[in-house]
Amino acid sequence: MKIIYNIGAYFIFLSKVFSKPEKAKVYYNQIIKELDKQGLGSLGIVLIISVFMGAVVTLQTAINLENPLIPRYMIGLAARDSMILEFSSTIIGLILAGKAGSNVASEIGTMRITEQIDALEIMGVNSASFLAMPKIIAMVFLMPTLVIISIFIGVSGGALAGAASGAVSMTDYIYGIQFDFKPFYIVYSVTKAVIFAFVIMSVSAYHGYKVKGGALEVGRASTKSVVYSSILILIFNLVITQLFLT
Amino acid sequence: MIEVRNLKKSFDGRAVLKGINITFNEGKTNLIIGQSGAGKSVLIKNLIGLVQPDEGEILYDGREFTKLNNKQKKKIRKEIGMVFQGGALFDSSTVLENVKFPLDMFTKMSEEEKIQRANFCIQRVHLENANNLFPSEISGGMQKRVAIARAIALNPKYLFCDEPNSGLDPKTSIVIDNLIQEITEEYNITTIVNTHDMNSVMEIGDKIMFVHEGAKWWEGTKDDLFSANNKELNDFVFASKLFKTIKQNYK
Repeated sequence: MKIIYNIGAYFIFLSKVFSKPEKAKVYYNQIIKELDKQGLGSLGIVLIISVFMGAVVTLQTAINLENPLIPRYMIGLAARDSMILEFSSTIIGLILAGKAGSNVASEIGTMRITEQIDALEIMGVNSASFLAMPKIIAMVFLMPTLVIISIFIGVSGGALAGAASGAVSMTDYIYGIQFDFKPFYIVYSVTKAVIFAFVIMSVSAYHGYKVKGGALEVGRASTKSVVYSSILILIFNLVITQLFLT
Repeated sequence: MIEVRNLKKSFDGRAVLKGINITFNEGKTNLIIGQSGAGKSVLIKNLIGLVQPDEGEILYDGREFTKLNNKQKKKIRKEIGMVFQGGALFDSSTVLENVKFPLDMFTKMSEEEKIQRANFCIQRVHLENANNLFPSEISGGMQKRVAIARAIALNPKYLFCDEPNSGLDPKTSIVIDNLIQEITEEYNITTIVNTHDMNSVMEIGDKIMFVHEGAKWWEGTKDDLFSANNKELNDFVFASKLFKTIKQNYK
């Protein structure tokens, strides 16, 4: 019963979040602030994870493609498709659920327990919309950009690791990443990024907004937001893959 | 003027407010006093609409607050200023941004006019050189003053203060009390202060309401306190040796 209550409460929360803003200019400024905060704040970790993911995928593929009948450029192709189809969108989604999601849940949760949300409500501000909408919109625009950066950095990381270890020559790798390229895979990856971004921010904001109590509950809300966002990302990953690629 | 008629509120079958009737006067500092758990905070939360009462009426200059729709309630809320116990300042905004926030949201002033108005409010609460500091960089007393500045930014008709002196030293408490009283008289605001602080009661209590076990137990002025023949009130107000002595000397 509790899960049904939470699903209902989540959709009521979303209806409040996407109601007409009191003053569009203030919301616009908030979106710009969030783009700056979340974009710059997440770029570093995305770059680090992507370069290592690309490198590891390349080396593992090279180890498993020792058969002389399989051309070496297949290593580049495998690294490219792995990054585009799965790693850059899903793994980055899970990482951001942990980083940005927990941050949002604890930020809004702390605002709840320190009466900052009550202060907004008493002023006549729609607090759910004011706090969550700019974060959701910012992440929905940001995450596809981060995923594209991640694909580029991951594939580059693979090239460097492959060449440095001697697993694959740079010429073979570059030929492989150009071979049989399907632009639709990028559409698929970006679509996943948009949906994951919405899930991460809306679920985290919901958990933060519903906090009652003190610091312990803020911590719990932060943990819950990561767990539920991650599970939903995996479920949506399956559904979108089924819809787009089969 | 705010009138409260037969206000009742229960939580899980436990009656917290048992039919409160009171009128809070315009241009006066109205104090709500009482022991912890007496129902003071629940009463304030009902008055400002954070909690929906089970029964009763709350009239803001004749407008029945509980029966209004959300749009009408928002209109009244723009006439309300609130100073929370902890200040409730926005952590990620500077002092100036905090005070300017209601102006950003609800006025069509130019940026220059908004900064001018915010600066006026900040100076009104005797804060200087703090505009660019964040709430975490200023003291508790300064945070309360910023909260008052934010509360008066939109020229409210009603000002609510929830334990404005909690956590402050006696000297700073007097500064905050005087500030609340000055602003109330200067702008003819209906001010309601929820407090435990007996110094505040003696300093600014134009009208005092004593809440006990969810009911209005006593009502009067600070001078009436000394002659009140009410055991619960006397036990609460004159609990300390200091106040007992003051009462004896008053007699």
